[in-house]
Amino acid sequence: MQFDPFIIPFNIGLYFILIYAVVRSVRWFMNLSRPDKLRLQRGFFGRAFGQSLKEIFMESLIHRKILKSNFRLGYMHMSLAFGWFLLILFGTIEADFFGERHLNPPYKAIFFKFFNPEHGRSGFEAVYSFWMDFILAFILSGLLLAIIKRFSSKVVGMKKTTKLRVLDKVALASLWLIFPSRLLAESFTSGVYESGSFLTGSLGSILASFLPARELAYPFWWLYSLSLGTFFILLPLTRYMHIPTELFLIFARNSDIRTGDRSGAFDEIQIHSCSSCGICIDACQLNFSAGITNIQGAYLMKGLRNNDNVNDIAHNCLMCGRCDDKCPVGIELTPIRMISRRAGETQPLKTTLWKKYLPDVRNTAPVKASDSHLYEWLQSPEPSQADIVYFAGCMTHLTPAIKNSMKKILEACGVSYNFIDEYGGVCCGRPLMLAGQDKEARELINYNSRLIRKTGARILVTSCPICYKVFKESYYLDVEVLHHSQFIKRMIDEGSLKLRFLRRKVAYHTPCELGRQSGVYEEPKDVLKHVARLQVTEFEDNNSLCCGGSLGNTRISYHDKNRIARYAAAKLTQGNPDMLVTACPLCKKTFASATDTRVADIAEIVEEAIMVPQPKINPRKKSREPAII
Amino acid sequence: MEKFGFTVMKERHIDYDSNDKRIAEYINEREPSFRICIECGCCSATCTTGNFTRFSLREIHILLKRGENDMVREQIMKCMLCGKCILACPRGVNTRNVIMLAREAFQKITRNAV
Repeated sequence: MQFDPFIIPFNIGLYFILIYAVVRSVRWFMNLSRPDKLRLQRGFFGRAFGQSLKEIFMESLIHRKILKSNFRLGYMHMSLAFGWFLLILFGTIEADFFGERHLNPPYKAIFFKFFNPEHGRSGFEAVYSFWMDFILAFILSGLLLAIIKRFSSKVVGMKKTTKLRVLDKVALASLWLIFPSRLLAESFTSGVYESGSFLTGSLGSILASFLPARELAYPFWWLYSLSLGTFFILLPLTRYMHIPTELFLIFARNSDIRTGDRSGAFDEIQIHSCSSCGICIDACQLNFSAGITNIQGAYLMKGLRNNDNVNDIAHNCLMCGRCDDKCPVGIELTPIRMISRRAGETQPLKTTLWKKYLPDVRNTAPVKASDSHLYEWLQSPEPSQADIVYFAGCMTHLTPAIKNSMKKILEACGVSYNFIDEYGGVCCGRPLMLAGQDKEARELINYNSRLIRKTGARILVTSCPICYKVFKESYYLDVEVLHHSQFIKRMIDEGSLKLRFLRRKVAYHTPCELGRQSGVYEEPKDVLKHVARLQVTEFEDNNSLCCGGSLGNTRISYHDKNRIARYAAAKLTQGNPDMLVTACPLCKKTFASATDTRVADIAEIVEEAIMVPQPKINPRKKSREPAII
Repeated sequence: MEKFGFTVMKERHIDYDSNDKRIAEYINEREPSFRICIECGCCSATCTTGNFTRFSLREIHILLKRGENDMVREQIMKCMLCGKCILACPRGVNTRNVIMLAREAFQKITRNAV
């Protein structure tokens, strides 16, 4: 049996990480809730298995999503992940095929050149070593990009790159050392034996011409083995834990396991699946408009991984959901942030090394709210019966133009409706939820539910996307919830609302809570196309910007909010529209102070377009009138 | 002390010596915009809760700054955090954070954590 002491660090690292991955996976599985366990079991023996394998290949190795959005960055990730995978795969085949015997231990494939230095001189062997050299060159090209990215992130098309901890840096250094040390070790060995292909062979002969290659090869094989061993041992403590975790995550997600609203094994898996790639940082408006660069998803995940107090990070976010949409791993960043908000301030844990490798599942059960009812003073009125209930919402009361327009539209449609909060209503509860105070929010939800139930309505129309989302998701009401843009669209389709075409250019801003978070993209645009000329902006649908006024962020200052609003408004009005139209009173209010273009809600422009039935004038009658002479 | 025949009316007496300004300081540290409030009352005018009760953010601001926390403790829990006050504020005070921090501070003070 071929053996050399330098393989020991690699072997220790490899067997450690394999055993560790199994232990950790079993622990995660045990910590999943019972329904989730069943889901995972069903997924594992069902269709989800094939889907997951495909996704692992496309996303974990090829990095398709990153490639699509940013080629250079995608290439960097792909060359390291896919290249390394190919190197291991073809290395194993090479060792099996050209080695002394079949079914070798893993180190034989990794250090093949050391044990078979004469390999690759002629015929098929030469072709094969050309291929192996090619893969190594592929990885090294990605590595070069990665190193440049650390110093200047603009090279790979990124504005910001994630700041790292010391341990991450050590792991990063060992990762960076792996491939250059392999290149040099193989080159020196090839230089001595005059084997190797275009990369290792030629570099080897050059180096051997002026250096003592025989003496230098051995230390580099040691370095190669040591850097691999170090990387594997440190992996569980660093962001590179995402490599094994992501596989588990993909299986779990394809088995229909979702974050929901509680912390547990699945959100732990997601936290460890974050590779800190920094794409969320680039997508974040707080970063590129307001210069706040320490609160993005990657940092939240990092804080949670290290058991830090993430309360400030969790609250300083617009909850616009742009990062959720961009995350190449598909981590549900916003739900995890909500869980952290509910958890409130946490004490940083003091952990031992052992605990760091096998941490307990985070117990972020919300602090129990006091049983006293905060909103007991609310008196419930007796609303009148109606088919349609119109709930304007707090923000709409602050922008009366919208509610007046809606009143006119509802009247023009000829429907019987009840303006339920005409003389002041109670908040829908979403702002409290966003602040992490679910129990308090539930009180308001119950109050509003009782009120709406009393009206016996079938349809609930609201003007505020914030209310729309909470009515849709957290109210258990037997009514159809419509945003006013959806309602107007329906009335137009039914023929109840006759509108004329206004000769105006308008740009539409998709509110976050209506678009990304509730999936209503088309209806408002259809309505606008019906009444005006709709411009296409740079930020459409799920790429839409946040106006900055979001109630999700309680920490942001007025100044920063305004910077975000000005940036968004400037981008949206690039085509010089006559009007910037939105579907949210909060967006309207925020934009109004950030741009010179007139900002209007979709209801206002529709109201303007309502056709007033003109009294018919008979032309003949006119001619019969006696002419005045 | 010389008696001039005047009495101190307890309910109108602001005793800065015995008042507890820890909560105002706690907020000041974390939300600097608390300082720039001019107590104009726009927030109270637009307030959703104020529509139903005597809850007034302006009053709360003044009382907190004076350190008369007892009157605030009950009142402040009535806020629904709907955020209208932020939009109405002419000075750009982050009123929602003021409320949240005040609630936090009251909780911490009962646990002696401030």
